[in-house]
Amino acid sequence: MRPQTISRTIVRLGAQSIFGRWRGALLFVLPVVLIGLSILVRGLIGHEEMGARHALDGLGLTVIVPLVALLATSGLLAPEIDDGSISYLLAKPISRHTIVASKLVVAAGCVLAFAAVPVLIAALILRPSYALGFALGALLGGLAYCSLFAFLSVLTRHAVVVGLIYLLVWEGLLGGLLDGVRWLSVTRWSAAVVQEIADISLVDDLPLWYAVPALAVVVVGGAWVTGRRLRGFNLTGDE
Amino acid sequence: MPAVSSQPEESGLPAGVIHDLGYRPYGGPRLGEGPVAWAFFLTGLRNTYGLGRSARSKALPMILLGLMLLPALILVGVLVQAKNLLDLDEQIVAYSTYPLTTQLLISVFVAAQAPALISRDLRFRTITLYLARPMRRAVYVLVRLASLTVATFVLIAAPLLLMYLGGLLADLPPGRETGRFLGAVVGAILLAACLAGLAALVAAFTVRRGLAVAAVIVVLLVSYTVVTTIQGIAVGSGHEVVGEVAGLFSPYTLINGLQVFLFDSPDATPTPPDGTAMGLLYVVATALTILGAIGGLLLRYRRVES
Repeated sequence: MRPQTISRTIVRLGAQSIFGRWRGALLFVLPVVLIGLSILVRGLIGHEEMGARHALDGLGLTVIVPLVALLATSGLLAPEIDDGSISYLLAKPISRHTIVASKLVVAAGCVLAFAAVPVLIAALILRPSYALGFALGALLGGLAYCSLFAFLSVLTRHAVVVGLIYLLVWEGLLGGLLDGVRWLSVTRWSAAVVQEIADISLVDDLPLWYAVPALAVVVVGGAWVTGRRLRGFNLTGDE
Repeated sequence: MPAVSSQPEESGLPAGVIHDLGYRPYGGPRLGEGPVAWAFFLTGLRNTYGLGRSARSKALPMILLGLMLLPALILVGVLVQAKNLLDLDEQIVAYSTYPLTTQLLISVFVAAQAPALISRDLRFRTITLYLARPMRRAVYVLVRLASLTVATFVLIAAPLLLMYLGGLLADLPPGRETGRFLGAVVGAILLAACLAGLAALVAAFTVRRGLAVAAVIVVLLVSYTVVTTIQGIAVGSGHEVVGEVAGLFSPYTLINGLQVFLFDSPDATPTPPDGTAMGLLYVVATALTILGAIGGLLLRYRRVES
């Protein structure tokens, strides 16, 4: 039998584990906040560039997209590792790369539904000429974040905390202070994609020929390294 | 009740015992609810800073405390060294502005420690053991909340104290500095209560590992980002009232606005509350946040089976 790259059963189970209980509620809250803010800003100042920049870049691209990716990804692998049921999955004759790829398909679906589409809607409300650029930037950035956080969740049992600290300190705090961070920052790579399409200036001096391959490398490389790590996986106890 | 518990031993006839293995029972004084609650409060407070826990649990809170103190130390250093050079006669960053500047660190601390105090008891069902002691449910909730609030208060107020002492050493007018410092301490208490209440409420509803941390961060970070976005746009487009109302929806801007209204502190947000009516709204919103969080927690724990 030819090895398949995506297992539909794992995709179905993954979707169930994301929308079980409270995680799903959090995922729904974030897009609602973004769209609500867009409607408010539109009511206040109309189609002006400043409002669109604040809402779409400041909230959408740098806060909502990474958080949706983090919530979605941490709901896929971490709980199974946590309660040990991942061993049943790993015991099946399925390639570890297939497992990771199937899980990431679910995460990608979440990013599309809860980050990219809401950003598209928000952009249509605020400034339709930005819509395509921001939606594409959000999608690519979200995919890269999913791969990154998937790797984190097989690397450490505190993936959510580590991921949050990475987001807040590296992407947020240091990214705002030090310009050089743009070469190693997923948010800024996706911003480079946005400004190429949407005629808005978000990051200085970050060429597209660097940003797009960098995003691709993180997406593919993160997924591959995660699968590789799962091949030699051993369950460890808590603290 | 020492008299009751020591009775079987005195009479020599064990009453209501299924198996008497001959062990000597505890016949000393049994402390009541008060001392139990106090010991529980102290343990919780120590645990938030990792004291009495593993070295790995100490790392995050201690690093955060260090990072909170670092800017204050630098500010004091600049104030003491360059007071005459730069012609300074007050703190470089106002006491009331400091928590807003370092809100990221405070949020991470609250988000990391609220689940450690609240969610673990629910997840591992240790709460049944606590509730089996002479401590009522409501007391358990309030004590947990008190531990978290005091821990957060220590994190917020420690750099303020450092700045205050540095300011006194640098010969700033003591009367004025003391007044401002005390106002900021009141603000720090209220901010700690708001943050701890919200974080505990979220943590009590999200028992899953790691998810509570994310949920608290989402609530604090997203609300703050949204509020600052709205305020920035509101002040740029001349809709100040919208910005003032928006300030009610993040604990940081709420408490900063409250301090501007009550103590006339310098404002750190683009749209501080203007006028008595808006100021009173900030007061009411603060009270509602704290009381609402306590009420929500009590309701949540009524459904927990012991």
